[in-house]
Order: sequence, then C-alpha cells, then structure tokens
Amino acid sequence: MSFLTVIDFSSLLQYLITGLTLGSIYGMTALGFTIILNSTGVINFAQGEFVMLGGMMSVYFMTALGLTEPVAVVLAVLGTTVIGALVERLAIRPVRQSPAINLVIITIGVSILIRGLVMFFWGKDTHVLQSFSGDTPIMFLGAAIMPQALWVLGVSAFLLVGFKFFFSKTLHGKAMLACSFDVKAASLVGIGVERMVLLSFMISAFVGAVGGVILAPITMTSYDVGVLLGLKGFAACILGGLGNPFGAAAGGIVLGILESLGAGFISSAYKDALAFVILLILLFAKPSGLFGQKDSKRV
Amino acid sequence: MSVSYRKDMFWLAGLFIVLMLTPTILPNNYYLTIMILGCLHAMIAVGLCLLVGHAGQISLGHAGFYGLAAYTSAYLSTTWGLPVELSMLAGVVLTVVVSILVGMPSLKLKGHYLAMATLGFGIILSILFTETVDITGGPSGFVGIPRLSLAGFELHRDVDIFRVVAILLCLLVWLCFNVLHSRMGRALRALHTSDQAAQAMGIDVARHKLFVFVLSAGFAGLAGVLYAHYLTFIAPASFGFMFSVELMVMVVLGGMVSVPGAIIGAFFITILPELLRAFEDIEIILFGLILVVCMIFLPDGLAGGSARLWAWVKTKLALGCSRG
Amino acid sequence: MNRGKSLFLVIVLLFFCATAWAETIKIGAVVSVTGAASFLGEPQKNTLLQLQDLTNAKGGMDGRQVELIIYDDESDVNKCVMAARKLLDQDQVAVVIGPSISGNTLAITRFFSSAQVPLISCAAAEKIVFPVNPWIFNTPQLDRHAALKILQDAKVKGYTKLAILTVSDGYGQAGRAVLKELAKAQGFDLVADEVYSPKDTDMTSQLTKIKGVSPEAIICWGTNPGPAVVARNRMQLGLTIPLYMSHGVASDKFIELAGEAAEGLVLPAGRLTAVDQVPDDHPQKTVITDYVANYSQKFNAPISSFGGYAHDAFLLVHEAVTKGGSANPEDIRDNLEKISALPGTSGIYSYSPDNHNGLDEDAFIMVIIENGTWKVVP
Repeated sequence: MSFLTVIDFSSLLQYLITGLTLGSIYGMTALGFTIILNSTGVINFAQGEFVMLGGMMSVYFMTALGLTEPVAVVLAVLGTTVIGALVERLAIRPVRQSPAINLVIITIGVSILIRGLVMFFWGKDTHVLQSFSGDTPIMFLGAAIMPQALWVLGVSAFLLVGFKFFFSKTLHGKAMLACSFDVKAASLVGIGVERMVLLSFMISAFVGAVGGVILAPITMTSYDVGVLLGLKGFAACILGGLGNPFGAAAGGIVLGILESLGAGFISSAYKDALAFVILLILLFAKPSGLFGQKDSKRV
Repeated sequence: MSVSYRKDMFWLAGLFIVLMLTPTILPNNYYLTIMILGCLHAMIAVGLCLLVGHAGQISLGHAGFYGLAAYTSAYLSTTWGLPVELSMLAGVVLTVVVSILVGMPSLKLKGHYLAMATLGFGIILSILFTETVDITGGPSGFVGIPRLSLAGFELHRDVDIFRVVAILLCLLVWLCFNVLHSRMGRALRALHTSDQAAQAMGIDVARHKLFVFVLSAGFAGLAGVLYAHYLTFIAPASFGFMFSVELMVMVVLGGMVSVPGAIIGAFFITILPELLRAFEDIEIILFGLILVVCMIFLPDGLAGGSARLWAWVKTKLALGCSRG
Repeated sequence: MNRGKSLFLVIVLLFFCATAWAETIKIGAVVSVTGAASFLGEPQKNTLLQLQDLTNAKGGMDGRQVELIIYDDESDVNKCVMAARKLLDQDQVAVVIGPSISGNTLAITRFFSSAQVPLISCAAAEKIVFPVNPWIFNTPQLDRHAALKILQDAKVKGYTKLAILTVSDGYGQAGRAVLKELAKAQGFDLVADEVYSPKDTDMTSQLTKIKGVSPEAIICWGTNPGPAVVARNRMQLGLTIPLYMSHGVASDKFIELAGEAAEGLVLPAGRLTAVDQVPDDHPQKTVITDYVANYSQKFNAPISSFGGYAHDAFLLVHEAVTKGGSANPEDIRDNLEKISALPGTSGIYSYSPDNHNGLDEDAFIMVIIENGTWKVVP
C-alpha cells in the first residue's frame, strides 16, 4: 500500500502532535544531560534515572503516604533534587580528578544502583498517575490533543525560558556558564567550581524529575523507564549539538517527530532504526550536531 | 626485545598456563560455562582496550559486531547448511567489512559524537536482528545452530570448546601485545594524546584509528561466532545496547590501558553476578554498588589496584625477611 | 554429659540428617524474577515457594520432602544458561520448572536432553513443544488457541477486515505469526499489521495509521504495560473500532493501568482470571479457588495467570512423582507423559508421547471488561 493513500491532513497533524509531545520529553531529558555535561564534561548515564525517580516517587508518596497528587508531585521533584545532590557528593566529588570516562562508568554504576533500589523497595510494577487536568481530548482540525500533552509542552517551554534567564541574567547561571567554558579560568576568577558542579547535578535532577512527573500520566512509570529515556535523551542531546541547552530541546523535538512520522508513514517496526539512520547521516554531514559550534582545539 | 615486551610475554604465558589448568580444577560444566563466556567477553574486551585505552576512541557499538558475526555464522551454517568453519570465517569477514564501512565515516567524529554514532549503529543492528524474523528468528531467537566443530569433528564436550576458546584468547592477546610494541602502538599513543600533534608528526591518523577499530571489531566478531556455535542458540537481547555498555565497563574497570586489566575486568563482570546469585533481588543493587566503589577507590582499575596490592605485599614480605 | 552419650547423640543426629537428605526430592526452577520479564517470574517464584511449603507440610511428594532450588535468570539468556547448568551439574535436580520466557527456554533445551532431566517450561512458544523433544514439556495455553478464540468471536460478530498491533518481543512475535496464519486460513482480510517496541510509551502513530485503513476490529497482542497504552491512546483518539486484547494482559494490573479505557475490551483468558464465575461443577474450580485463596492470603499481590503456569508445572511434577512412585528424572519424564485429564489453573492437562503441551482451546474463555472487572462472555 503506498503511503499516499493513507496520508491525509488530520493524520499528518496527529503524527506531528504525537511527535511534538514525545519530543518534548526527550528534549527535557537532553536538557538535563547538557547541564551536567557543561559543568563536568561527563555524560551522566543516570539522567534517565532522575526522570524515573520523579514519576516513581510521586506514585510512592501517593499510595504509601496517602498524599494528594499535587503535594506528592512537589515532594517527588524536591526528593529527586536531593538525590541529585547526593549522587554528586558521594560518587562524583571524591573522584573529580579522574578522567571523564571513569566518571561516566561511575554514573553507569549509580544508575544501576538507583534502579536496583527502586525495584527492591517499590517493586517492579508499572504505575499510572492521574492526568493533571482530565483525560478529555481536545479536538483540533481532526486531530486529538491530550490536555496532558499541553502540560508537557507548556512546562518544557517554561523551563527553557527559565534557563535562558538563569544563564544570562543570574550570577549563579553565569558562573556555571563560565565553568563550562574553562574550569581553570573559572576558578581563577573566584568561582567555586565544586559548588557549581553540585548545583548542576541538582538542577539536572530537578529537570529530570519535572519531566518524569508530567510524563507519568502519559507514559506510565516503572523502575525501568529511565533506560530508554536516557538513551533517547542522549541522542537528542547529540542531535542538537552538545552543550547547547536549546539545541538539546530542539534535538529532542526533531527526534520525536522523526519517530512519529516514521511509524506513521514508513514502518512502525523500523521507526527507531529510521530515526537513528537519519541521526547518523546528520552526524556524518555535520559532525557537531544541528546547533553545535565547531570547536577548534589547540594542540 | 624490550623489557616491557618480555614482561608482557611472561604474563601471557602465565595466562595460558592458568587457562589450560582451569578445567582440571573445575568440578563441573557449570563453572566451565562461566569460564567460556568469560573468555569470549575477554576477547572483545582486549580489542576494545586497544581502541579505547590506546587509540582513545570510544565505541558503544561492539555488541552489534558481536551479534552481526553470530547471526551471520548461524544463518549460513543452519539455513544454508555451510560447514561450521566456513560460516564462522564468513561471519568474521563480514563483520570486518562492515566495521570498515562504519568506521570510515564515524571515526571522523570525536568524543561523545563518536560514542553516539557507534551507539546508533549498534541500535540499528539490534533492531534488524529483532525485526528480520525470516532470517534471524526474531525476538524469540535463532534455534538449532550446529555446535562448534574443527576440521569436521564436532566438539561435543564443553571442555574441548573451552580449550579452543582459551587458546584463541591467548592468540588474540599475543596479537595485541605485538601491535602495542610495534611502530603502530607508539603511533596510537601519540594520537591518543592529540590527533593534530600526531598528524603533524607524520602519522596517518585516520588509517591508524581505522585499523584499531577494525581489529577490535574483528575480535568481537570472532567472539560472536564462537558464542553462536557454543550455545547453539542466539537471541537479539544478548546483543543490545546494554551489552555494549557492559563491555565498556569491563575495559574501564580493568584499567583501560592495560590488556591484562581488560581480561581481569571481563572475567570480573562475568563472574560477579554468579557470585551474587545467592542475594536474589538485591543482587543488582550490590552489582551497582561494587561498580561505583571499585571506580572510586581504584581509579586506575583492577589492574592498577592489583599491581599496587602486589607491590604492597612485596614490600611487606621484604620487610618481614629483613627483620627475620 | 559424658563422652559416650554425646557421641551417640551426634551419630543419631547425623543419621537423621542423612536420611532426611537422602529422601528429599530436589526440584530446580529458573524463572525471570528480575529484568524485563519480572511480571512473569515474580509470581512464579512466589507460587513455587508457597507450593513447596504447602506440600512439605502435608507430608511431601510420595512421602518425601521437597527441596526447591530457584534461580533468577534476570530475563537474560546467558544468565539462564548458567542457571540451568548449575541446576543440572551442581545441584543435580530431578526435574526443572521454567524458564518464564520462550527465548530462554529454547536456549537451554539442549542441556536437558543430554542430561536426561525433564524440563517443564512456563513459556508458551510452539517451538518449545513442536516438534516434541522427549524431555521438554510446557504448561501455558498455546498462543494458537488464544488466537482461535479471538477469531471465533470476530467471526460471530461478522467482522471481516482486521488490523493487528503486536509487540516486537518473543510473545508478540509468536502472536503475530499465528494471527497472520489463522486469519488468512479463516478468510479474514488483514488490512494492517503494525508493531511497537516493548518499551514504547506512545502508540498514537500506529493507531492513527490503522484508523486510516478503517478495519472492523483491532487485535492487540502484548503484555503490560504496552496494551494499556494502546487502550488509552485508542480512547484519546476517539476511536470506536472494537479492540481485542490477548491473554497476555489477563490480570487486574491491566485494568488498573488502562483505567476507563479498558471498558468493553474483549480478550481470551484462562478461567483463573474470572474464578468466581467458573461454575461449581467445573473440574478446575477447586484447584483455582485454592490457588487464589492461598496466594492472596500469603502475598499481598493480585493473582496473575502467569504464576498459575508455575503452579501447574509443580502440580504436574507432584502428580508424576506420586502416581509413578519415583523421583528419578527418567521416571518423572515417563510418568508425565501418562498424565491425563489433570485439572490445573490454566486448563485440564493430558500429556502423551506426541503432545507435550496437553491443553486445548477449551482452556480459554472469552471475557469482557465491564465496570472495572472481568465478565465471562457466554
């Protein structure tokens, strides 16, 4: 069957909306990657676990402690932020001087550990969170939009604007940006690099948890959702160009739309493969991602 | 021959003797199975050690090469009925060819971008293994692969397979040591420090990188065909992204630049879950914890750690002797 | 206490230990307690442990105590191979129950024919029991029977154009194969054949595409949580095309996950799913009621038919050992083949030398989800 017979406007719109929602999720995970990468040069493999913790903690606070959803959600985000700080303090700071690859392996270990702990204490079941504002779809030109998808889009946009402000207007933000350019120079001008690294772990845990919380009503949550999200987030990060938060968000959206269109028009079995083939072609054509700068390195 | 080369050869001889004696002290096939898988993982790890530790290039796609070779050999020997030796050769050759095609564009990328390219390649392969059901048997696996055979004799006993695998591992390690002690090895170390500087010294950077990449893919391919014909069953889940990550963990945990370290790392990661089996559900927690603790307290890996331990024991012994 | 007395005591103790040790029957099990298939392995492990206690409290099998050795394969082929080797070589068990998934079962069958120990798998793939390997049995209902039940229902309702949406893992692959084969054989028109990955969290694209070819019914084949996402996406898109599910989601967890979107869905399920609606005179009634009562009393978890597969495997071993009066691996194998009309939780088992599955499509009933609970379709 040729896809021309299937293509019609409302389907196309539906694919785009689906892709945009999925993509915002990838973008948010990618944002977390970028923040830690900028301050430490390390790809944090536990980023997906922060997303998972946001969702799973909300579920735990609601079912075990009987809290209402808004309270549970706020607590979960705060709790994950604290865990982000703990990860930095206990696993990263003691070995800050090690080569980046060692730190990467440590984050892999941390992600296995977090996943194991959540599995052991909160079980292996999948859980579902109530949508924030109901499940009645909004019909738009023949395509259905879920209210929760609007939440995802809105919160992602809000976070992006927030980061723009943070990095360009606040002292802490500028200090973190300075660290990302040159750690030594930053410490010479009096920036507490260690504190900035701690802050970056907290912020990216925070972003991850917020993503996890607003996602859970759409995707549901369990102890192992972090693996795939981490993977897609990393891909989004690379696609957008490392180090650029807006590139990361854009990369996520491109990836989400690619997947959704691929499933719709070509083949649902090969949609992920298709997204990665395109990603590879892009990388070969533009080796520093869509929005990355070409870096020149001195010998 | 240099002192360090002789040292490496002593180490290799030691490895060979230990591996050859292993079957006599193991009580049953269960331990042998672990050792065979350990040897296979070690084969891939030594290749990756050259790539990551010496050439400074990251790959998260080696599980894909491992699987590609395994599936090729399985398909040719089972579906087409080719002799096992020939299928295995074809599997390794195809893997080498594919790795050249993948390596040429990918190795122009740097750092995390290269990691992503190899990762993407690995994922594409693993999706192909899953979706081309008519060829690979799909997610539930490829059944009925003939057992490993040499010169027409099928190796029925696990002991025989272990010996073959162990000898091949030693050969690969020998090859690695020779590469490292050649001009090639010195060139690799130069380009690890800086691409541009190496280029300025007249080293053909692209060719050297590609050579090591293809060599390590070939090692993974050899391990893959052996795996397929040892287990006589393969499934896509064994060749996924997580296994690529696990391979990297073996190398880095081993100490990254050390070939013996990579072997120790491979056996450590293979054996550890079996040792932790008694802990049931908390096994995975312990595994993560041990990984983190090892990396924090042994920044130069298990190889560096054991070397320091050995030095410490020696000084203690020396002290004891001088006192006694 | 003098030396003579204590020596005597030690000897007596040793004697007791020795006899107790000699008399226990070692049953091995390898199930996926963790990893992707933990939803299968966890209830299976719980079930087996409970059955061990219950059986031993009642005097064991054929007067001998049962010693169960359970390993977790973490849903991983290599770990499963090692666990199987350990059970056979190190622990020297008389019979093995498991693994939970088809791929792992197929990976280890070879060991069992060479070790001459029977394996009773809790996985459903047809490759496990066709062609028959003398040492390999399985307990779950076949996917073929579930597909037949669904197509029967579709035929009655007059649907001719069908769409299938299957998960790309071993379970979905098997379902997709039988659905395609049977739909064609029965003259249905398969207008869409879509798949999703086990970890996918959104199936809107697939459903939109299916909507475009307007089938009269959709059959979704997968295990939680995927099908719950499908059900929710279907409702969100406002699709009214009837949706069939497979027996892979026949547990209360599915209703919890899919919520309102589960209403009106029809699927084949074992009688375990709707235990209270099984007529009292049905042969499976007692065994299911007992299992459900025991399980929910001990474990604070909802009952699932997956645990039932392990329950039935244990029951079959019990029957073979008791009836045959021997716990020799070869005797257990021979006596398993003699079992006939034994009611289990998943169906009524009749094994024979050329049938190692032992169930037929009568093991399934069609159920519909109404008001958040299961209702048997008459």
